[in-house]
Amino acid sequence: MPYFLLAQIAIVAVVLAEIFIFKTGLFSDIRFWLAYGIVVFFQLLTNGYLTFNNIVMYDPEVIGGTRVAFAPAEDLFFGFALVTLTLLVWSKIKPSKGNS
Amino acid sequence: MAMLGFVVVASWWLEFAFKTRVLRDPKRVLKTLAIVVPFFVLWDAYAIAQGHWFFDPEQTLGIIGPLDIPLEEYLFFIIIPIAAMLTLEGVRNVLPVVRGWISQIKKVRSN
Repeated sequence: MPYFLLAQIAIVAVVLAEIFIFKTGLFSDIRFWLAYGIVVFFQLLTNGYLTFNNIVMYDPEVIGGTRVAFAPAEDLFFGFALVTLTLLVWSKIKPSKGNS
Repeated sequence: MAMLGFVVVASWWLEFAFKTRVLRDPKRVLKTLAIVVPFFVLWDAYAIAQGHWFFDPEQTLGIIGPLDIPLEEYLFFIIIPIAAMLTLEGVRNVLPVVRGWISQIKKVRSN
């Protein structure tokens, strides 16, 4: 299964997980989007460096071909899925005792 | 590897500056990682096996872990989620402060 397809499935899966499993309400929280905006900025910076210098390379057959800051656009989908799933689980798990 | 070091420095100071209480709650961090990371490690393993992406051996450490995944990738899957938690908690703690400043400025202007 090519990267672009997997990346799209991952995004849909994460959104569905929030709607049906986690129900954290994070998507309607401005603080989540502010945090995600900060993360994306640093993703473009660091991932751009890694791809510009050919530290990480991609098979052109499995990506759509659109590049953002040197990296395949699919990486933004991958990043969204990773960061959002992390923050959904993180928000769902309450702070341990003594840390609330 | 240098890139991962940058992310650690760029994000982990939030714990102290904004009292995010992320690193102080390792149980919650580990639980989150335990649930999230396996999906992405499997994705990484599949993508590497299929040749979706590959790494320059000259510019990586060359230490390959289980599932043919380089050490840097494993570290990535620990460091990036923690950076995300720190960013969210940082925003949560700072936003009320920023809102306070804005209302202060408005008060001063209306006086």
